[in-house]
Amino acid sequence: MKKSIFLLSSFFFLLSACVPKVSRTLTIMTHDSFAISREVVAVFEDENNARVVFLASGDAGEMLNKAILSKDAPLADLLFGVDNTFLSRALEANIFDAYQSPALASVPAAFRLDPTQQVTPVDYGDVCINYDKAYFAEKNLAVPQTFEDLTNPVYKDLLVVENPATSSPGLAFLLATRAHFDDGYLDYWRALKGNGVVVVDGWETAYYTNFSASSGKGPQPMVVSYASSPAAEVIFADPPVDDAPTASIVSAGTCFRQIEFVGILKGTQHRALAEKFVDFMLSTQFQEDMPLQMFVYPVNPSAKMPDAFVKYAQVPSQPAMLAFNDIAANRDKWIDEWTNTVLK
Amino acid sequence: MFFAAPRLTRFLLWLIPLTFLGLFFFHPFARILALTFTPAALTDENINLSFDVLLFTLYQAFLSTLLTLALGLPSACLFAKFDFRGKSLLRALTAVPFMLPTVVVAAGFNALLGSRGWLSFLFPLSNFQFVGLPAILIAHVFYNTTIVIRIVGNALSRLDPRIDQAAHTLGANDFRTFWHVTLPLLKPALTASALLVFLFDFTSFGVILLLGGPSFSTLEVEIYIQAVKRLNLSLAALLSLIQLLCTLIFSILYTRIISRNTTQTAPRSVKSNLRKPRTLREKILIASFILLLSSFFLAPLLALPLRSATRLEADRGQRGEVQYGLTADYYTELFVNRRGSIFYVPPIQATLNSLGYATATVFLSLLLGFPAASALAKPTRLEKFLDPLLMLPLGASAVTLGLGFLVTFPRLLALPFIVPLAHTLIALPFVIRTLQPALASIPDRLRHAAAALGASPFQVWKNVDWPILSRATLSAATFAFTISLGEFGAAILLSRPEYPTIPVAIARFLSQPGGLNYGQAMAMATVLLVLTTLGILLIEKLRLPGAGEF
Repeated sequence: MKKSIFLLSSFFFLLSACVPKVSRTLTIMTHDSFAISREVVAVFEDENNARVVFLASGDAGEMLNKAILSKDAPLADLLFGVDNTFLSRALEANIFDAYQSPALASVPAAFRLDPTQQVTPVDYGDVCINYDKAYFAEKNLAVPQTFEDLTNPVYKDLLVVENPATSSPGLAFLLATRAHFDDGYLDYWRALKGNGVVVVDGWETAYYTNFSASSGKGPQPMVVSYASSPAAEVIFADPPVDDAPTASIVSAGTCFRQIEFVGILKGTQHRALAEKFVDFMLSTQFQEDMPLQMFVYPVNPSAKMPDAFVKYAQVPSQPAMLAFNDIAANRDKWIDEWTNTVLK
Repeated sequence: MFFAAPRLTRFLLWLIPLTFLGLFFFHPFARILALTFTPAALTDENINLSFDVLLFTLYQAFLSTLLTLALGLPSACLFAKFDFRGKSLLRALTAVPFMLPTVVVAAGFNALLGSRGWLSFLFPLSNFQFVGLPAILIAHVFYNTTIVIRIVGNALSRLDPRIDQAAHTLGANDFRTFWHVTLPLLKPALTASALLVFLFDFTSFGVILLLGGPSFSTLEVEIYIQAVKRLNLSLAALLSLIQLLCTLIFSILYTRIISRNTTQTAPRSVKSNLRKPRTLREKILIASFILLLSSFFLAPLLALPLRSATRLEADRGQRGEVQYGLTADYYTELFVNRRGSIFYVPPIQATLNSLGYATATVFLSLLLGFPAASALAKPTRLEKFLDPLLMLPLGASAVTLGLGFLVTFPRLLALPFIVPLAHTLIALPFVIRTLQPALASIPDRLRHAAAALGASPFQVWKNVDWPILSRATLSAATFAFTISLGEFGAAILLSRPEYPTIPVAIARFLSQPGGLNYGQAMAMATVLLVLTTLGILLIEKLRLPGAGEF
């Protein structure tokens, strides 16, 4: 068996040797939603005479768990996309080498959650309720402003959310209600359930099957999505529209802020190059490219935002906050309690 | 060639498939279980959870299999016995769902049955939601009927009609003939297809998550949640073991049923079994069944190309009715890398990648499947022991196997060469189950006769075995092809954005909001749909060299 593995791997090695040689290859493990412009990557590659390879490894949680499982033989040099809901798990697993980027100095302290410098913040996004503007205008219905409003019978059957056990925006929304109601959050969910909240497995189903303002034309005019989604609806509209069909509810405490981090994986053979890439991710060039690629906001305050973002994406001024170690300690417990309350 | 079955031949036949399975299935699976399973996982709470999930998994799998057989058997009869216009197209269409991503199938059903779907236009009062157990069952039937059609239909078309005729001559009516003559002869194919369908339903994942809704959980869904979302690996290992054990039990049961029931009959040309419907009653019956079958498969499938060419935009802000308009924009947009993304997927490239992987999977799984099926066709004690093991990759948890790959082959995992290997793991049981009944049905006396007349073993194989096998080979190739295009088993791997396939491209579009993204996803799904239909039609039209009319 050992021998055949050896033969096989040497076969693959020979094949991969046929690929044109560049001096160094930097591998970055990401989640499936990661995207970036070709030209931005090319800038880094040219400057450093290196090749950058991305490994899409499932959603954020999946990616992190794959990195933890393979930490003895790391698959990549860097890992991008671990967020504040998973941060503690990443830090506990001890998969990162500490690195303090000089570029970090300009990043607001609110994003620098990790005192041990194992991970560096790169971008953030807010999970908010999106609503179908036409629906509320047509029915002459006021848009709900608070979590409490959503239990009002006039909004019966109008909201679709994602299952926090399987979806990251779903978990973020659960955390926002937890932050707002504290121990009373289960009573709130009981009330929401009574008011006909619909639960689906993930964002794709919620947005494209259930949400009435998306192309799926579903039955619910409110969906848990991102504050940047209305901007995406304009950028990807067909035919072009001059106003977003959706908007976000951004009143205090109703949105949950997800901050995404990058970290250098222990065991990398390209430590110096990996550090350069972390710096590069905080550069204005990279930071200004992110909004239109991933629909997230840059953490570097000097990065300029694209017009569509300024115009159509609202940034909540007071997103809900929970300490990341509080999330880590209770995540599974809250999900279980939520499951028993809402699904059973 | 193998009727003498010397030990050495058997050993050689098993060598390649078992090495493959050992390397890429048993080794990584055992490794991850050894790494993660601890007796500490055996708490009362975990055992209760496992038991509940197991019960539901079995329940929905039994129901789904029964329903699939209920639709699949008459369909298999229809395709094997009757000749009608559009037959090969309809047959190919029934296989298309098999490789469509669940998200796309869900979109198809929603366009049809959803709250603003076509049916709600016809019956405006119905407030039907396509979720829950009914949605799971319908989707499973939609996905898996093709398995029954192919495997049972194959066996049916090989049956010697003279046996039926003899039964009739002896005074048996249609029912008695079917019950006492046809059914026993079909038993191996029937059990094989039922087992394959059952295992697919048993390990169902996407359908349960997307269509069942969050209150339903099968073993595979629970393994995914525990292993991937919670990193509760010891509970995931326990669930994987239960799943594997169940698969083993079902496969052993299957082997026992099969071993008592293989009959060799004189194989017949497929055409000699075909006829046009004769009496009026027969015509009406056949026509209405064709109508039922085609609307069940066509309606949700048609929703995709329709949706991919329809602009469905409301006049924003002052919406009265949803407005419709035809457009080709989604297709032209596929060719534009508007945001200069490094992960932009040119449709041609995605198509070529998908086809490349599918072709490699077809060859690899036939190469591995032939020797194994040949050995199984004449089972000795060794085969009865090995047979159930061959089915295990189909019933094993893809999530767990993926983690096994991760700890076993961390360096190989991201290489494109490994993709067809993963697809082959899932395709192999299908290839073997398709080839084996055909191989077993070849009467030894034909081979003996040929040998007695001086034919070399190779000539015997070429002139006796191959003409009978060519049809089953095509069927097996179709399975491997669709399994690969549908990316079964791909969950095992890490994907390299440089080598995107069509399903990967669809998932990328659906991960961001906006009408253009949705439209492009539907356009890409349509490309996949057309490609598979053409691929299947092409494979079926192939006349393999040396093949007779079998």
